[in-house]
This record gives sequence, structure tokens and C-alpha cells, in this order.
Amino acid sequence: MTEPFTITVDGRQVAVTPGQTIGAALHAAGIRSWRSTRFCGRPRGLFCGIGVCFDCLVSVNGRPAERACLREAAPGDEVTTS
Amino acid sequence: MSGFRHDLVVVGGGPAGVAGALTAALAGLRVALVDSSARLGGQYFRHSRAAQDAPGGAPELDGFLRRGRALAERADLLLGHRVWHVSREDGGLAVHCVTPDEQPLTVRGARLLIATGAHDRVVPFPGWDLPGVLTAGGAQALLKGSGVLAGRRAVVAGTGPFLLPVAAGLAGAGADVLAVYEAARGLGLARHPVLALGKAGEAAGYALALARHRVPYLTRRAVVAAHGDGALEAVTVARIDAGWNVVDTRVVECDTLAVGHGFVPQIELGVELGCGTRADADGSPVLVVDAAQRTTVPGVWAAGEPTGVGGWRLAEVEGRVAGHAVAAEHRASTRASTRASTGAPAVSGGGHGAPRALLARRRGMRAFAEALQRAYPVAPGWQGWLRDDTLVCRCEEVPVSRVREAQRLGATDARSIKLLARPGMGWCQGRICGYAVSCLAGEEPRPPKRPIAQPITLGALARSTDEPTTPNTPDE
Amino acid sequence: MSDVIVVGAGMVGAACAYYAARAGLDVTVVDRGPVAGGTTGAGEGNVLVSDKEPGPELELALLSNRLWHSLAEAGDFEFEPKGGLVVAETEEVQRALVGLAGKQGVEHAVVAASELRDLEPHLAEGLAGGVLYPQDAQVQPMLAAARLLELGARSYGHGALRLRLGVTVTGFVRSGDRVTGVRTSQGDILGGAVVNASGTWGGEVAALAGVHLPILPRRGFILVTEPLPPMIRHKVYTAAYVTNVASDSAGLETSAVVESTQAGTVLIGASRERVGFDRTTSVPVLARLAAQAVALFPALRDVRAIRSYHGFRPYCPDHLPVIGPDPRAPGLYHACGHEGAGIGLAPATGHLMAQLLTGAAPDLDPQPFRPDRFPEEPQ
Ligand SMILES: Cc1cc2nc3c(=O)[nH]c(=O)nc-3n(C[C@H](O)[C@H](O)[C@H](O)COP(=O)(O)OP(=O)(O)OC[C@H]3O[C@@H](n4cnc5c(N)ncnc54)[C@H](O)[C@@H]3O)c2cc1C
Ligand SMILES: Cc1cc2nc3c(=O)[nH]c(=O)nc-3n(C[C@H](O)[C@H](O)[C@H](O)COP(=O)(O)OP(=O)(O)OC[C@H]3O[C@@H](n4cnc5c(N)ncnc54)[C@H](O)[C@@H]3O)c2cc1C
Ligand code: FES
Repeated sequence: MTEPFTITVDGRQVAVTPGQTIGAALHAAGIRSWRSTRFCGRPRGLFCGIGVCFDCLVSVNGRPAERACLREAAPGDEVTTS
Repeated sequence: MSGFRHDLVVVGGGPAGVAGALTAALAGLRVALVDSSARLGGQYFRHSRAAQDAPGGAPELDGFLRRGRALAERADLLLGHRVWHVSREDGGLAVHCVTPDEQPLTVRGARLLIATGAHDRVVPFPGWDLPGVLTAGGAQALLKGSGVLAGRRAVVAGTGPFLLPVAAGLAGAGADVLAVYEAARGLGLARHPVLALGKAGEAAGYALALARHRVPYLTRRAVVAAHGDGALEAVTVARIDAGWNVVDTRVVECDTLAVGHGFVPQIELGVELGCGTRADADGSPVLVVDAAQRTTVPGVWAAGEPTGVGGWRLAEVEGRVAGHAVAAEHRASTRASTRASTGAPAVSGGGHGAPRALLARRRGMRAFAEALQRAYPVAPGWQGWLRDDTLVCRCEEVPVSRVREAQRLGATDARSIKLLARPGMGWCQGRICGYAVSCLAGEEPRPPKRPIAQPITLGALARSTDEPTTPNTPDE
Repeated sequence: MSDVIVVGAGMVGAACAYYAARAGLDVTVVDRGPVAGGTTGAGEGNVLVSDKEPGPELELALLSNRLWHSLAEAGDFEFEPKGGLVVAETEEVQRALVGLAGKQGVEHAVVAASELRDLEPHLAEGLAGGVLYPQDAQVQPMLAAARLLELGARSYGHGALRLRLGVTVTGFVRSGDRVTGVRTSQGDILGGAVVNASGTWGGEVAALAGVHLPILPRRGFILVTEPLPPMIRHKVYTAAYVTNVASDSAGLETSAVVESTQAGTVLIGASRERVGFDRTTSVPVLARLAAQAVALFPALRDVRAIRSYHGFRPYCPDHLPVIGPDPRAPGLYHACGHEGAGIGLAPATGHLMAQLLTGAAPDLDPQPFRPDRFPEEPQ
């Protein structure tokens, strides 16, 4: 599969080049923060990029707290942020 | 023969792990390699799906991918598997994994090679948690793994030789890299320590790239604050002295900051097994290894960044040395057990097994790596950049003031600061904030204790042992 | 020279120091490590009255529970009187639970099977019922210990409550028979009395004074999950917890104690094993804790564990703490050996200790806790 596809992020379509992580696709779409912290509501997006910092957590197809920087996007993925 | 399914289990599919696994597999050992990523490569050889499908890019990467394919033919590759724990078991090692679909899986082997690499080290500064601030490695990973540019107007800052490839990568991919701010000594790129230490080729390549894109390389400079409303809009750049104290400042507008202050080796699996550690030249706790890459725990080897940060070439050499040594020990123990079963006297085996030239190369590279670490120290002046409300711990949102409060209450070390104020108790388990908290506590970073090295669902954990569980009843 | 030297800056030492300072004594607290660096920093913060059989420990727990409430008003630390819910898997166990509750004379409410989910919506189906103990509470023990020391110093004078950290007690200063101070890594410290509040190491410290206290470690592991929105309202545990606490078995025992914390994590305890000071993580123990938590709260199945830690409870053969003066070494007092309840029992222990030190009439009969109640060490 080499054709670009889309995933849904909070209801919005985001384009993905095959092999990209969800975090990369969001970043490429100009979405740089997609989570707020639980105490002070600070915005969070990519930081370490390799699954170490857990800043970039998203829900994927109903599974909460997935690291967006590790998880390769698949066609039709439903991503929700908090 | 060992009674294990694998003679060697390797954790980590970067340059070190792949070299170790392939060397051992070529020597005839039954090898399994586990990595949490979907593709081999680790950090340096992180590559996009396109690069994998269509070789012919960078020659180094092509070479690695070739070795990866050779390994796939000879070993069990468990990609997308996260190792959450390792333990000793029946004379061997049990590597406890979570599979991509969140199932528990235990891989057992007679020997273990820890090749888990490192992650970026970043010291905190006001605004460092704004979106748009990435680690230097994070910016690189985004580009290498997904072909995505971290941002348009970028600043690269921190300390260490790694800032050069990051800036060159960003500029090469089309970003407007405003400058590289290197906190270390003001020798300029022409007298960059990398050159002084005889790595002329590599550094010159980066220097050329930066010159071509007109990226200034300024030393004794640091980003001491990041600003923006919801995302990065500007950074405060300071001229600093040798102690990293601010001399004067100005504001630079940018949408992206890639920042790194060296690396933190990931050694928790070794620590959990009781492997001896030492402080490396950069202060990081690393695993003690001998000339054969053996740790202090029998049956456990380590290679690459966990034995001391030294870059991918050294990692690969160490991986090969470990592979040879493991194979030699495997042969010796097989011979010994054959002899034992035929009544012949056993001999203690386990020579280095690695070619002399390889050992010599490793020695030289290790010395070079240590010299580099010394050339880019983190000086304590960064603590003066902090404000009371600067977050030290991003996960638990612990500001500097709460750390100071804990100290006032009688927390005299990093562990008790964690107990009283929670830095390090969050999702990342102190990987990001641990270094800073140690510095604030006035101690060298201690070996990390993370019995659960990767998150695991309680459902998977409940099934991760064969032992029958009888919930809710005491066992007598 | 202080009136009292407290050895140990854990929860128990902090409470002893606080109440002694409050009673007008000058106190020096000595610890080889930081505040709360011992078992106080390696356990949970259950303040329970529900898990105790009628008897001296329950009396101590009830006194402590009252004291915790008043301390919480003064101190700046997390204290949640959220109540404990003990659940029964079978009718038979439910009958036993109800029977125990009747004997305890503690405030409680019997919960029918059909009412369980009103209290805890995520509880598993098929449980036989439970008993709710509204007095059970949760405290953040490390912060509570640190704050109590601070509060004592602030309220009664920094001269009256001094903290000396990084100071290891290596022996005792004697004047004739009498204990008149401690020898430490930083020189001698003299005092009118010495309180041994060194928890799991209480036996070792006592031995420095030539007296025998049979305090041994009982290992426990705790699992911590990722932070979640609040999901569990009370402390919830199974009846097996009560049996395990009082058990004499050396083997592994686990029983689920599950609760949400203010930080958002769910804490899952607790295992009990007598394996000395073995610090090796045990996957079978962690697996069993996880299985039991999931059996109680099926929704936890997909929740991730991100951390585990362990500690060593200080236990005595009769499962009672040691509190009071040691007739074998005049001037030496003990406040240690609280096993899995040292957080809960700390205020009452400190309160009682202050009364004993000042010669006031104790609120509780200290006899069951006396240090010389054990047979002398063989040989
Ligand atoms: C983000 C980042 C980017 C970098 N980019 C470059 C670069 O572009 N150029 C450069 O010269 N150097 C780069 N480096 C430096 C890098 O550390 C080395 O150059 C090189 O990759 C080290 O090789 P290694 O084999 O020791 O470890 P790595 O290459 O880091 O490989 C370690 C592997 O172990 C796996 N792993 C770790 N823990 C677990 C676990 N618990 N379970 C399963 N798998 C696990 C990881 O997924 C990883 O694939 C980068 C470092 C970082 C942190
Ligand atoms: C897994 C687990 C779960 C638990 N859950 C609960 C619970 O929910 N509720 C509850 O009430 N209890 C619980 N406990 C038990 C509770 O943690 C302990 O009973 C309590 O912490 C004991 O406090 P302490 O002050 O006596 O000892 P510690 O906190 O261990 O303090 C003793 C101090 O003495 C110091 N010390 C020792 N030797 C010397 C020396 N020679 N010189 C100077 N200083 C010295 C040590 O450094 C230490 O700081 C649990 C324990 C564990 C392990
Ligand atoms: S940054 Fe502190 S725990 Fe993650």
C-alpha cells in the first residue's frame, strides 16, 4: 500500500503518507498540540518523538493513551484527543 | 545444549542490537530480537516505509537494511514488542514482552544482550513544555521516520555534536534554520572538537551543509526560555559564560525549537537484573561491561548507548563484539556439556571471540566518545534560568517551587523529592525529568529503577505468568 | 541537649516527635536518610479501622483515626476520609464479614449485593455483598510525615523540634545502665530519652542497646496504573485482606486492595511475603495482584500498569507494634513494628508515646505493646 490515505482526528480528516505515525501526520497537518494536561490544562503535542515522554497521547479506535509518535497510522483510524 | 528455545535474546533493533544478533546468528546460534518499533533501525537508522520499500538512498542505511534482511532470515524478529520486564529464570533469562495487540509474551533464552539505546537529555527552562519545542532527537525522528519537517522557522539549541546533524537535516529538508546555539566553548565550527578529534569527514560534511544553507553556528549561546500562547512563537537566546550563567539576552521569533543536552542511556533492564553500573564521563549511569561486552551479571551482555553514549558506529562495533563473545561462550558451554556427558573434564570457556582489529577499533572509538562527552558538559548555570513556575516534571506538572518545597521539608535526595512532590511518578517514569531532579537535588543521576519498563495492561499482566492464579483467596 | 531523641523520620517517628513537641518536650529527630525514605515511602496510606479484630490494635486504630482527622485540619497534606468497602465473594464470607463488623463495634453499614454498584459502579458482578466502613481513610504518608514534622517545628518552635537528616545511629551513650543519648556517624547526641522509631530496622537499633526486639521484614508489592478519571470511590478490598493481614504464613499472600488516588492513578496492593530484604521484582506476584484487581473491577483489564514498587513491613510475631519504655534499657523507648498499619497507627502511637514520656496517664493501656513481651532470643 503506497497510496496516501486519511484518518479521522476528532471528526476531521487528516492526510497520511503510508508509514507515517499518527503524531507525524498530525504535525504535518499543522496540528501541533492535541492534548491538555490533567491538572493545569497545558497543551501538549510531540516532544521526544520516540515514545519516551508520553506527551503525545491520543485515543485510537477507542483505545486511550496511545503514543501518537509510535503508532503508525492505518487507513480509517479514528483518533480522538483530550 | 541449553534447554532454551533461544541461545540469545537481544533487546533493541538499532545498530548495536542488529549487529549483535546477526553476528551470533551467523555463528549458528538461535537468536531472537525484540524491538518496540515496527521496523528495525533504532534511532540512527530510523527510516520511512518508502526508504525500506525503495532502497538506493543513503549507502549506510542500505547496508543496514541488508543486514536487517539477513537477520530476518536467520533469527526470530519480534517487532512491535515492548519489553516491560526481564528476570532470571531457571539459569536463563526471561524477557517479558507486550505484543502489538497487547498480549503478554515471554521470550526465554540462555543469554541476553541489552541494546536498548538512549533518549534525549533536555534540561528544563521556562516554556520548554510549549508545543513546538521538541527534543533534538525528536525532530530528527520525525524527519527520518515519517518524512515530516518539525517546523518552518526553526532554532536548534543545546549542547553536543548531535546538534549538527539535526540542524543539517532540518535545513536540508527545507526548514529555515535560524541558528544553532551551542552552549559549549566558543571555538566556532572551524575548530569544532569533532574536527580536533579526527572526525574531519563527518563534521566537515555537516559544516558544509550548514554553510550551504547559511545557518549560523554560535557557541556559548543557549535558549533560556520559550514563549508563546498555546504554541511556540519565540525563544529567548542568551549569551552565557562557561558556567552557563546568562550574560545578556535577546528574543528570536521561531515556530520550532529542537533542543538537546546529550543523551540518557536506557539501562533499566540491566538495573533490574542487578547489573553493575558506573557514572560515565557525562555523569549518566551506564552498565559496566568488560572487554567482551559482558555485564557483571552472568549471561547478560550490553552494547551501544547503555554502556556509554558513543554514537551509532561505536554501537555497531560493540554489538559485533558482543555477538562474537556470546557465540564463543555458547560454543564453550556446548563443548563443556558434551564433554560432561562423555565424562571428559570440563574447561572454562568464553574467550572474547572477537577479532583483534574490532577490539582495537572499539577502544579508540570509546576513548573518542568520552572525549566528546567531556567537550560538551552540562554546566549548572541552567538552574538559574528556571522560574518558580517552570515545570521540572512535565508528566505530573511539578514546578520548581514544589521541588524546593520538598527540599525544605526534608527531602535530601532525588528519591525523596519524588516521594514528596511527585516528579518522576508520571507516565514517563522520570525519563524526562530524572536528570534535572538529580541536579536540583545536588547529586549524580542514580541508576533508574523501573520494574515495569513499559506500560502493560492489567489484563495482560494478569496473564503474564503460567502460575495458576486463584484470585481473592489466600494460599492456605 | 534535647529531652527526647527520636531515631527515624518515618511516619511513626514524625508522629512521636510532633506529639512530644506538643507536650512541651525538646525533640531531635535523627534519620540516616531523608524524611520518609524508609517504609513510609514504600507503602500505601490506608488508615483503616475495618481490617482489625477486636482488641488492642483496634483500640489503637480507633484512637488514631480520631487523631488523623484533627491533624488533617492543621496539616497541609492529602487526607481523604473516603470510607472503605470490604466485599465478599460468597454468602459464607459475607456472613463472616457481618459477624466481624458486629464484634468490632466500629461504625459500619452492611451492604447487600444489590447495593454494591450504587456505591461502586465498576465492581464486578456476582459478589455476595459487603460492609462499608465510613471511617476508613486515605493519607499521602510521605507528605503527612514531612508536614507533621514541619507543623511541630512551626507550632512549638524550631528549637523544640529539630531535624537531623543523613545521620546514622551507630550505638547508644550510656550512663551506668541508663540510655542518655545516641552515638552517630556525626558524633554523639545526648538526650533525656531515646525513642526507637526505626521501623523495619527497629530490631537492629534495639540490638545496639543490647536488647532484643523480634522485628522482621514482610515484603509487599504495589502496582500503580496510568492516571485515569476518578473511577473508584472508596478503598475497596476483599475479605481475604483481613485474613491475610493477621496471617502467620511465610508464603506469598495477596489480596486486592484497590483505590483511586488524588493524582488519578489507581493503587493496587497488596502482597505479603517473608523473604527477608529481597528486592527482586517478582513477576508472579505482580501478575497475581493484577488478576485480583481485574476480578474485582473488570474495567481495569484495559488499564495499564506503569509502575510498581515494594517495601518491607516491620512485623512482630504477634502482629502488634512495640510501644513504650524498655525496662531492659532505662531511657530507651520503642515505637516500631507496626507491620502493615504504621501509617494508620502513627498518630495514636505518637500520642501515647508523648504521654509515656511526660508521665501523663495514657489514654490507652500500653501493656499489650510492651517491648519485653517477647521470649528472649534463643542462645
Ligand atoms: C531520538 C534520537 C534520534 C537520534 N538520531 C540520530 C541521528 O540522526 N544521527 C546520529 O548520529 N545519532 C542519532 N542518535 C543517537 C543514537 O543514540 C545513536 O547514534 C545510535 O542510534 C545508537 O544505537 P544503539 O543501537 O545503541 O541504540 P538505538 O539505535 O537507540 O536502538 C535501541 C532500540 O532499542 C529499542 N528498545 C529500547 N527499549 C526497549 C524496550 N523496553 N522494549 C523493546 N525495545 C526497546 C528501541 O525501540 C530502539 O529501536 C539519535 C538518538 C535519539 C535518542
Ligand atoms: C507494600 C506496603 C503497603 C503498606 N500499606 C500500608 C497502609 O495502607 N496503611 C498503613 O498504615 N501502613 C501500610 N504499610 C506499612 C507502613 O508503611 C509502615 O508500617 C510504616 O511506614 C512504618 O513507619 P515507621 O516510621 O515505623 O518506619 P519507616 O518509615 O521505615 O521509618 C524508619 C526510619 O528509620 C530510619 N533508620 C533506620 N535505622 C536507622 C539508624 N541506624 N540510624 C538512623 N536512622 C535509621 C530509616 O532511615 C527510616 O527512615 C505498608 C507497607 C508496605 C511495605
Ligand atoms: S517528566 Fe517527570 S515523570 Fe515524566
